[in-house]
Amino acid sequence: MILVLIDHDRGEIDPLSLRALTAAKKLDQDVEAVVIGSDGAILAGIAGEYGAKVLHVASHSAIGDYTPMASGRALKDLVAKLNPAAVLAAGSPRGNEQLAHLAAFLDIPMAAECSEITLGRPHNVLRARWAGNLIESALVHSQLLVATILSFSTEPQSLGGPAASVVQFEPALEPADSVVKILSRDAGESKGGVTLNDAKVIVSGGRGVGGPDGFGNLEELAALLGGTVGCSRVVTSSGWRPHAEQVGQTGTKVAPDLYIAAGISGAMQHIAGMKNSKTIVVINTDPEAPILRYADYAIIGDLHQVIPALTSAIRAAKG
Amino acid sequence: MDVLVCLKRVPLAGGTLILTPDARDIETKHLGFGISPHEENAVEAGVQLVEQMGGTLTLLTLGPSDAEEQLRSQLAIGATRAVLIETDGQEWDPQGTAAALVDAIKAEETKFDLIIFGAESADSAGYQIHIRMAHALALPIITNVKSMKVENGTVSCDRVVANGREHYEAPLPAIVTVRDGLNIPRYPSVPGRMQARKKIVDMKKAEARVPKLEKVTLALAPSKDKSAQILGKGADAVPALVDVLKQIGAV
Repeated sequence: MILVLIDHDRGEIDPLSLRALTAAKKLDQDVEAVVIGSDGAILAGIAGEYGAKVLHVASHSAIGDYTPMASGRALKDLVAKLNPAAVLAAGSPRGNEQLAHLAAFLDIPMAAECSEITLGRPHNVLRARWAGNLIESALVHSQLLVATILSFSTEPQSLGGPAASVVQFEPALEPADSVVKILSRDAGESKGGVTLNDAKVIVSGGRGVGGPDGFGNLEELAALLGGTVGCSRVVTSSGWRPHAEQVGQTGTKVAPDLYIAAGISGAMQHIAGMKNSKTIVVINTDPEAPILRYADYAIIGDLHQVIPALTSAIRAAKG
Repeated sequence: MDVLVCLKRVPLAGGTLILTPDARDIETKHLGFGISPHEENAVEAGVQLVEQMGGTLTLLTLGPSDAEEQLRSQLAIGATRAVLIETDGQEWDPQGTAAALVDAIKAEETKFDLIIFGAESADSAGYQIHIRMAHALALPIITNVKSMKVENGTVSCDRVVANGREHYEAPLPAIVTVRDGLNIPRYPSVPGRMQARKKIVDMKKAEARVPKLEKVTLALAPSKDKSAQILGKGADAVPALVDVLKQIGAV
């Protein structure tokens, strides 16, 4: 049996978790899922649809919002009870963090960001390194495999299964497990609306935009396409845009249907965050820019002319 | 306030990586070395805390003896001293690395109030050493933070997520991992560089352990090698792009 951690934010599923379920299903037909926090119980339907027979729900008075060390303890308790062959989660910051707590509790290895898994003794994994530019083949010497699934390496597959049966359990938390947790939230720099994670279209700007004012045109185009604005690292470190909009290894990794990269040359760490986009369009003055190697279509030219022209042409096409 | 920052020497790879003939490492003959991007923010945070509150900033790394170069350049930013756990140059797995770092921390006379890491290493990105150390040292840990404040024995941090900001707190001593964007790392001053030459770098040895996560080989990730279709130059190419956007259903 493979146990999959479904990460959620107050009952709202992290869609990357569905990819972890699909990856688990490829290893073994017998898949069960676990959510931490009683508000995750409403995910029994979607967990079942993607192949989990059972949804274990860890409930405890000390687990409210995200409490990563408590997640590790709950997973440890569940592993002792169910004895799965592997525990998988999404290779998201939270997926990696919660499984690292599990691996630390058990003092066993963890393989992060795996694109392929072969169970055995030892287990064999392919995992991403150097912002996804290198693939490491590694052996994992432990009976239980603890691994996270590289974002976007597996397309989630709905199997149309019935809702998973819900099994509640109370982990034996110790006081230290719930010291670190989300105490409060605020909107921060984000303006609400479409976020990078769920945007179907991202219009991203780099150094070529020239300054904070240049992003007005990109915002207009993004709004017209029903998407949102992203940017490269140089843009946030120059203070032109908020960090929440940064795409790349040190920002957010995205895979929208359409990614328009304007004035971005394509550093390795930026490519790592957007190369899985379905269609990539580049607008750049430099025909030799490295980002062209990853693009489907390109216009060689100044984004300050191309973007406004594109916005009016799309407006005209929409009538 | 006594702060410890953990660092890792990594090659400064540009746009393309080349592997050694045995495909176990990156060919570094023609590359310079530095530290991971988030770690520059970690050192800056440590320097700022000691400037504000007094105390010491210690740097700790595990790596080849050449890692002294990275320690010296970060000492020049304002750290007090450094500890280098010398390896044979081979890469250690996360469990072995965490255990050696924990041993070194326990052997220190200083009891650190705050241990800071970069959120992830540029090369191996295992996402676990800091968490294993939190367990071994029985310390609270907050990861991936973009802002951090220390007051009244508490570290309070914000993590930036897609839909906003999450707030966390932990009592000191604690471990925090920080991300790019936390602060703007300063450049070393000339006097800073001069002083760094005289600062103490303690060299230690540690026994390599049998890796539990054992690297076999590396391979370059298959590039899609799409060789973009050039639609044209400047605004004249816009109609062709609109056609493409219609085809893929974006318009």
